[in-house]
Amino acid sequence: MMDLLSQAGVLFSSAIRTAIPIVYGAMACMICELSGIVNIGVEGMMLAGSFGGVLGSYLTGSAWIGLLFAMAFAMVFALLHGILTIRFKTGHIISGLGINLLASGITTLLLVSIWNNRGKSDAVAGLGTVQLTFLKNIPFIGEAFGNLSPLFFLMVLLIIGFWILLYKTVWGLRLRTVGESPKTADSAGINVTKMQYTAVLLCGALAGIGGAYLSIGDIGLFARDMVAGRGYIAMAVNIFGGWNPLGVLCGGMVFGIAQSTQFRLQGDNFPVQIVQMLPYLLTILVLILVKNRARGPSAAGKSFDRAEV
Amino acid sequence: MDNAKHKALTILIKAGKQLVLPLISIVLVFIVSSVILLFSGHSPISAYGAMISGAFGDMGKIADTLGTATPLILTGLAVAIAMKGGAVNIGCEGQLYVGAMAATITGIFVKGLPAVLHIPLCLLAAMVAGGLWASFAGWLKVRLQTNEVIVTIMLNYIAIYLTDYIVTYWIKAEGMVVKTPNVLDSALLMKLYPHSRLTIGFIIAVVITVLLYWMLKKTVFGFELQAMGYNRAAAETGGVNLNKCFMAAMLLSGALAGLAGAVEVLGVHKYFIKGFSPGYGYDGLSIAVLGQNTPIGVAVSAVLFGALRSGATMMDRATNIPGDFVVILQALIILFVATPGIVMELRRQGRILFMRGKDGKQA
Amino acid sequence: MLSLCGGFPFRRTNGARGLTVNYLEMRGITKSFGSVMANNRVDLTVRCGEIHSLLGENGAGKTTLMRILYGMIKPDSGEIYIKGRKVNFRNPQDALRHGIGMVHQHFMLSDTMTVAENITLGSEPRRGFFYDREKAIREVEELSKKYSFRVDPRAKIETLSVGTKQRVEIMKALYRKSDLIILDEPTAVLTTNEVQELFKVLRELRDDGKTIIIITHKLKEIMQISDRVTIMRNGEYICTKDTCSTNPQELAEMMVGRKVNLTVEKSTGIPEDAPVLFELRNAVYRENKTEHLSGVSLKLHAGEILGICGVEGNGQTQLIEVITGIRPLTEGEIVVKGQTVVSCSPRKMVELGIGHIPEDRGTRGLVKELTIRDNIVIGYQKRKAFSRKGILNTKYLNEYSRDVAEKFSIKADSISSPISSLSGGNQQKVIIGRVLSQDPDIIIAAQPTRGVDIGSIEYIHEKLLEMKKAGKAILLISADLDEIRKLSDNIAVIYNGKIMAQGRNTDFDEQQLGLLMTGYRNQEDKHG
Repeated sequence: MMDLLSQAGVLFSSAIRTAIPIVYGAMACMICELSGIVNIGVEGMMLAGSFGGVLGSYLTGSAWIGLLFAMAFAMVFALLHGILTIRFKTGHIISGLGINLLASGITTLLLVSIWNNRGKSDAVAGLGTVQLTFLKNIPFIGEAFGNLSPLFFLMVLLIIGFWILLYKTVWGLRLRTVGESPKTADSAGINVTKMQYTAVLLCGALAGIGGAYLSIGDIGLFARDMVAGRGYIAMAVNIFGGWNPLGVLCGGMVFGIAQSTQFRLQGDNFPVQIVQMLPYLLTILVLILVKNRARGPSAAGKSFDRAEV
Repeated sequence: MDNAKHKALTILIKAGKQLVLPLISIVLVFIVSSVILLFSGHSPISAYGAMISGAFGDMGKIADTLGTATPLILTGLAVAIAMKGGAVNIGCEGQLYVGAMAATITGIFVKGLPAVLHIPLCLLAAMVAGGLWASFAGWLKVRLQTNEVIVTIMLNYIAIYLTDYIVTYWIKAEGMVVKTPNVLDSALLMKLYPHSRLTIGFIIAVVITVLLYWMLKKTVFGFELQAMGYNRAAAETGGVNLNKCFMAAMLLSGALAGLAGAVEVLGVHKYFIKGFSPGYGYDGLSIAVLGQNTPIGVAVSAVLFGALRSGATMMDRATNIPGDFVVILQALIILFVATPGIVMELRRQGRILFMRGKDGKQA
Repeated sequence: MLSLCGGFPFRRTNGARGLTVNYLEMRGITKSFGSVMANNRVDLTVRCGEIHSLLGENGAGKTTLMRILYGMIKPDSGEIYIKGRKVNFRNPQDALRHGIGMVHQHFMLSDTMTVAENITLGSEPRRGFFYDREKAIREVEELSKKYSFRVDPRAKIETLSVGTKQRVEIMKALYRKSDLIILDEPTAVLTTNEVQELFKVLRELRDDGKTIIIITHKLKEIMQISDRVTIMRNGEYICTKDTCSTNPQELAEMMVGRKVNLTVEKSTGIPEDAPVLFELRNAVYRENKTEHLSGVSLKLHAGEILGICGVEGNGQTQLIEVITGIRPLTEGEIVVKGQTVVSCSPRKMVELGIGHIPEDRGTRGLVKELTIRDNIVIGYQKRKAFSRKGILNTKYLNEYSRDVAEKFSIKADSISSPISSLSGGNQQKVIIGRVLSQDPDIIIAAQPTRGVDIGSIEYIHEKLLEMKKAGKAILLISADLDEIRKLSDNIAVIYNGKIMAQGRNTDFDEQQLGLLMTGYRNQEDKHG
């Protein structure tokens, strides 16, 4: 019995580790889309975050400074997406896809320039994990939560924080109105543009942290295109979670648990390609299950133009 | 005769107006990318110099450029056709792989056919495979309103791993390299220029471009497709069966991407090898955007991108700039072309400056 | 002091008598959108405490002028003075701070949020960063009681009726303590009774010291409610008159710039033995657990115009959709020329001889990115003359389109021009030309003259009467009661997905129709 709980704990811990970048990515997506800006570019922003994290850690020796770099890099791309969609009314989807390509190209270019290696960077200082030794002997809890990245705890705080922000504060109410009906918000005197830029930058920061987890929070280096589609998976998780912080957390964990369970069930004799396929198959499955609930902010994807009203 | 001249002039002016945006965008792209190059410690001049000589240096290189452009024309058309119908097909890469695999299997295992029959059969198999792969995403959109952007991207990864699995475990050739055995000679696409990538696949791509142009202008399907792409509600009222039309668009789009994969395998490589596509499917998106979703525009953009890729390989060898730099160019092209606002803003600022100079007042 | 103007007694407030302080002065306002001059040196003076109407046709520039006032648009030139002080509004926030509130024609409401949230948006009661939901609800309730608005602060906007939504819009302006309230076409979506209720509220507000501007094109209502009226035409200021000293005929002429025939034509009735061309039997339509149509039955005879009147949102859209095949019936039957139709689709209904003039030309009627010719063809692209085996006969299409453009007086440079280059009236004519040129037996005309200039309205009405004389069956759905009265042989009133009453045009009077449209069945019930 204890052994079973113990194994379940290990599984849960693996689920959490899978879920972390996805939940950050989904939160990023969520906040952006709640303001009406569709963001396919989370993938690229996360990649920028992964790179920034490693670069910061490499230059200063501190992974925490690296985290700040990660957020900054991602926010630059987010700002670009914002300028293109808000100021210049570019199609949201195309802008997002362009951002992904740009991030991929620039990070690879810089990878070669700095470390002279086309595949990966040097190893750098990572964020490490938070050892909760007092939990060690509790079955399940000990294995699950005893040895996790600090970014996990930050993530939980952020989920709660965003929930309060979105549903209990005036700013949150205004943001949601902007995404539902920007002309309503505008005619009530709310600065739609300012709110959208704020949301986009928050999105960048969150995506940056998520990407940083993959590099300095996990393997301690940057490998080209290391986000490997997690940004898109995060988008699906956001849809699954109903554009709600708690939903996103649930969705991310469901995904993580499903992934980990599959890995365990496979064992070593299973062809590696099938295992690699699983997260993507899972995402499609998730989207199929959600179907009717997939109702996001009504004005998401449409550019707001006061003169057009 | 005056009427004909007037008509020709109007067409030229219209074409000219359409070209202004992409041309200015390309100029802007070169400016911005040069800045990026300088910032990361490379010389733009040696970079572009290497690219241009790599793409057009001699006949052989030109042949290679056109050969590289061949799958790009097809993936570009694939994305463009889908966009015309209001569908966003980012799954060309996956459809390309699936199509390539289907062509390879048909090329290896269907024995005893003359080339005249074998080749079309392989191409058909590729188109069916690619079409079905795309249709799955289309079907999900039609029945469950699932976001086809995410689904097609997921299917890309799945296709790549799936074909990898097939090659590794089911039809692997002898030896260390993970590839299939060669396809039969009767399935090979003839080369148009010795020792180059240019095959009759290029002719096929051009023919298809013309066919699509004609389809969009002159057929009921083309008419309904474009109406649906512009305004679904009006198309619905106008008797268009939206579901059927959308599925048809995705099917056609996937078929074209699958064909791109087939053309690569049967013409250039002669076998299916893991990772044979350096992102032709994703290029299709940039090409469609630059070509503004028109068949002719796409074909021209594809040749440009073919030149970029050909040139990039040369640039890679000559300088220390990785070929991935091309990815940055593509991204910038997409962003600039898809944002006419930037160009218009520049024109406006330019005009204001001009006006101010003229009579000291604001325009 | 009571004054009897226009036959309707009302009380003048202090502001309108004696020393008139102008609340608002707009001088020389000019605004162009590209080559279109929406406002050309327009002046507007509104006195404190008056109800002032701004009259003009669609496209006269009234909404643009008010949007400039509300800070949504910047004028190219001109000045605005509030109570004698010059102001410069950069956005709605500025306008709001100066006490100007606007009640928009197309409601600026967030559907998924509650009444209280919508009303308090922008000046939310708060405790620090937090939204004080309880206080918001309380304040909205108080406001609702003060003017007897009867709205539930906790209700979600999407659950409300159109009339209630409008009251919420007005409450938005009141919550912000606006002194000047602008209403943009407020009665467009109201029944006769709701209009009277609205007018009662407006008079109370005026008596309370507020100043009110109403943008409208409804002459009768102007005579009823306003103190003064300003007329605009083609972006220009024409004149301002005291309502007492003018009449609808004069206003109409100033609005249009020429003599207008306001008298209603009586329709000639239907021949005795006219065959039934179209029948709808017990139609029920359910979508997402809501029943939009609950057992609607209609009959259309050849040479008949049947007018469906009712406030928008009572099932008209769904009725049109099931008849034209866009949506399938949940229950019931459609019978066209004696044959029951199985599995409807827009294409099938067109083939059966039904022509559809959609109620919203922007969404369903036209594809604005396509050319005029394409918009004349759409809906009929599979017809034998237009295409064979899937290939379009472009040469014939061009000829045909040119013919249609000429026959229907569509003013355009060439049929290859984009449809967006045409005015609203001409765009509507394209749709009408498209449908009528195909010689349908049954015509479904939904809001056929919405957003169209008076000249085109007259033309479209003429065409419909022509079709009637030629023996076509016409179903006319309109929110404009005058239009229904003018054209229909028979009238049916729709409310909440049911036909409340049906009968000859001459059997109903306006009072009855008004009551029926709000759901009251009267004693003289169903005919025919």
